[in-house]
Amino acid sequence: MQRMSRAVACVAIALSLSAGIAYAIEDGAGDPTAVKSEDGKWQDKNGNPTFKIGDDGKVDWYTYVGFIRYSANCLQCHGPDGLGSTYAPSLVDSLKHIDYTTFYATVAGGKQNVSAAQNLVMPAEGANKNVMCYIDAIYVYLRARADGAVGRGRPAKHDDKPEAYTKAENECMG
Amino acid sequence: MRRGSSGFWLAAAVMLSPVLLTTTAVAQTSANGDLTKMQSNASEWVMPTKSYDNQRYSTLDQITAQNVGKLQVAWTFSTGVLRGHEGSPLVIGNIMYVHAPFPNTVYALDLDHDGKILWKYEPKQDPNVIPVMCCDTVNRGPAYADGKIFLHQADTTLVALDAKTGKVDWSVKTDDPSKGATGTSAPMVVKDKVYVGVSGGEFGVRGWVAAYSTKDGKELWRAYSEGPDKDLLVDPQKTTSLGKPIGADSSLKSWQGDQWKIGGGDTWGWLAYDPKANLIYYGSGNPSTWNPSQRPGDNKWSMTIFARDPDTGMAKWVYQMTPHDEWDYDGVNEMILADQEIGGKTVPTLVHFDRNGFGYTLNRETGELLVAEKYDPAVNWATGINMDKGSKDYGRPILDKKYSTETPDVNHQGICPAALGTKDEQPAAYSPDTKLFYVPTNHVCMDYEPFRVSYTAGQPYVGATLSMYPPQGSQNMGNFIAWDATTGKIKWSDPEAFSVWSGALATKGGVVFYGTLEGYLKAVDAKTGKELYRFKTPSGIIGNVMTYEHNGQQYIAVLSGVGGWAGIGLAAGLTDPHAGLGAVGGYAALNNYTALGGTLTVFKLPSS
Ligand code: HEC
Repeated sequence: MQRMSRAVACVAIALSLSAGIAYAIEDGAGDPTAVKSEDGKWQDKNGNPTFKIGDDGKVDWYTYVGFIRYSANCLQCHGPDGLGSTYAPSLVDSLKHIDYTTFYATVAGGKQNVSAAQNLVMPAEGANKNVMCYIDAIYVYLRARADGAVGRGRPAKHDDKPEAYTKAENECMG
Repeated sequence: MRRGSSGFWLAAAVMLSPVLLTTTAVAQTSANGDLTKMQSNASEWVMPTKSYDNQRYSTLDQITAQNVGKLQVAWTFSTGVLRGHEGSPLVIGNIMYVHAPFPNTVYALDLDHDGKILWKYEPKQDPNVIPVMCCDTVNRGPAYADGKIFLHQADTTLVALDAKTGKVDWSVKTDDPSKGATGTSAPMVVKDKVYVGVSGGEFGVRGWVAAYSTKDGKELWRAYSEGPDKDLLVDPQKTTSLGKPIGADSSLKSWQGDQWKIGGGDTWGWLAYDPKANLIYYGSGNPSTWNPSQRPGDNKWSMTIFARDPDTGMAKWVYQMTPHDEWDYDGVNEMILADQEIGGKTVPTLVHFDRNGFGYTLNRETGELLVAEKYDPAVNWATGINMDKGSKDYGRPILDKKYSTETPDVNHQGICPAALGTKDEQPAAYSPDTKLFYVPTNHVCMDYEPFRVSYTAGQPYVGATLSMYPPQGSQNMGNFIAWDATTGKIKWSDPEAFSVWSGALATKGGVVFYGTLEGYLKAVDAKTGKELYRFKTPSGIIGNVMTYEHNGQQYIAVLSGVGGWAGIGLAAGLTDPHAGLGAVGGYAALNNYTALGGTLTVFKLPSS
């Protein structure tokens, strides 16, 4: 049921897209268009973290950090560039369907599907600072991947590190 | 620590009757003599690597280069688990033992009755062990001795099962999975001891190899890869490295502070044994973390070949291949023991194809380095190994500074091989007929970006991100090669679309077998490498090919079930970050060829 209503929402968003965005959007959190920035950290109209890609392909700082932190903490299971592996599902696909809250709850709390044939275990990362201090950045990166706004591999160009980022990182990592 | 009723009864009987104690001890010794003898019986496959020398060579010769083209499937068996299936079954008498990845099921199949299941063992293990297994929930199989099957489970339980009934005889915990330690490798038995190592280099687990009594699971010795001399089981004067005593505190001096306590050097590869020299051999893995700037020094004895006395654990010699690793080139790959002719003399050699891309030939009795050459020309992080005995850098790699990853937060590009190595755990084979080694290899390079990580017990402790792609100008990500270890030269090389992640089998029939990640079992001519046969099994192969004989018929068997690191890295296909936009997605994606599985496929020639 939930899936259904999200899909409907996606269609609605796709229809209301401004002409400026060329890619077709399937996004579990709705329209990803960045409307507001707090020191280089972008939000969509619903207040969810989102990406901002310049005309020259330059990505915002958080999308870039998300790529690095995804590669450091998630790649070993979810595969390069969020594309999935024999071990864990594609997050590029997942983020077409799940919203920010579900994403956050899954990463913090974990998820399991263990049976005789399957042993899928998403570890609870809630206590892992290497993940939780960068959770929004990872989300933003994967959201951009799911929406087709960022391709495979390392983003070639990115915005400079905002001062607010360094402060928040130091506070969080302790 | 001991569990299980038979263990209890054994203990009770020993207490009651000293006479029985003596009898048991005698039976023990002779039964162990059996294992050595059993290895030379070509119809059985009593150890994961076929024999103590890890040659993976069978004298069965019904299947030949002439008739292998007619090979057909005799029977199949599903393990019921959809995950990476490494290792191979064992055949002892008329029973085949088949293992699966987590939950580490073991089946005993009756070969006399069409593979009927005689018993099934399936331990209950905490699923929270799964995410601390860095690269899939693989297990490289059980070992057999004295009527028992020994298995090192994911949760580091070493268990002895009655080979006839599957009942637990004893079980013992070897380490702590809540700190990231897991069991994936196959145990090895010598005389009355079973040896086992540990996985967990990506969690800062300090590596060890330990010996347990086959009788009751009592721990008899434990030798760490890193730490004070008493933990290492070394003698500063008698233990040598390249002919020289290693001296006191050899490991501690090569680390800063207490980093060695979370320093990795895990021991998840295959063990070997030389009865004549009375030495066991194995390698240790990467130092933790992957960020080299966090651990100045040589980080001894990570990345090291060890030769130890199996009775006491004392190290006779050590050789560190990649001091201060900057690329995750674990030294755990198998040690193949073969007597070879070098410079007109027969030398007791140890041949080792390291992750770092060099094929090493050493004198296995003394640890003297004889040959060290690249077994993939793409290898570039080092230009060679210093072979000058007079040099203070003797035996060390000659580094190419361009490919150092010492500086954190920089993306170091174009390093070959990638972290998965020119070869990983998938074991090579040696044929005394052709005097060639048959080596499954990876042909993949990487970008490597180290960064600072903090250690939390049980959390990944990696500290680098990487992206992988084939070497410039190559479309293939693997090769299956024949190697002359006396000269360090490639004899022939068969390109493969994907990394070859399956253990090879050499046979007297002049045929060499291996599996591919797409799922093909392939047979090639041992002399020329010419492909003679292929069959696509249900899933990608990361298991090792084995052979046995039953009722006068030779069989070839292999587990398929894609996964492991290959399944994670290659599933979606590799991209070359430097090739420009046009090439993105240009390399084959494994998931276009195969899907998860877990099947044993057994082959034979048609009955004439
Ligand atoms: C040890 C392996 C492992 C690691 C590391 C890991 N995951 Fe997972 N993850 C899984 C598995 C397996 C599943 C599927 C669980 C299931 O189906 O119950 C999963 C599921 C998920 C899901 C839910 C997908 C959906 O469609 O419901 C999200 C979101 C997710 N992971 C995000 C992450 C992020 C972000 C990271 C890195 C911070 C990460 N994971 C690290 C193994 C892992």
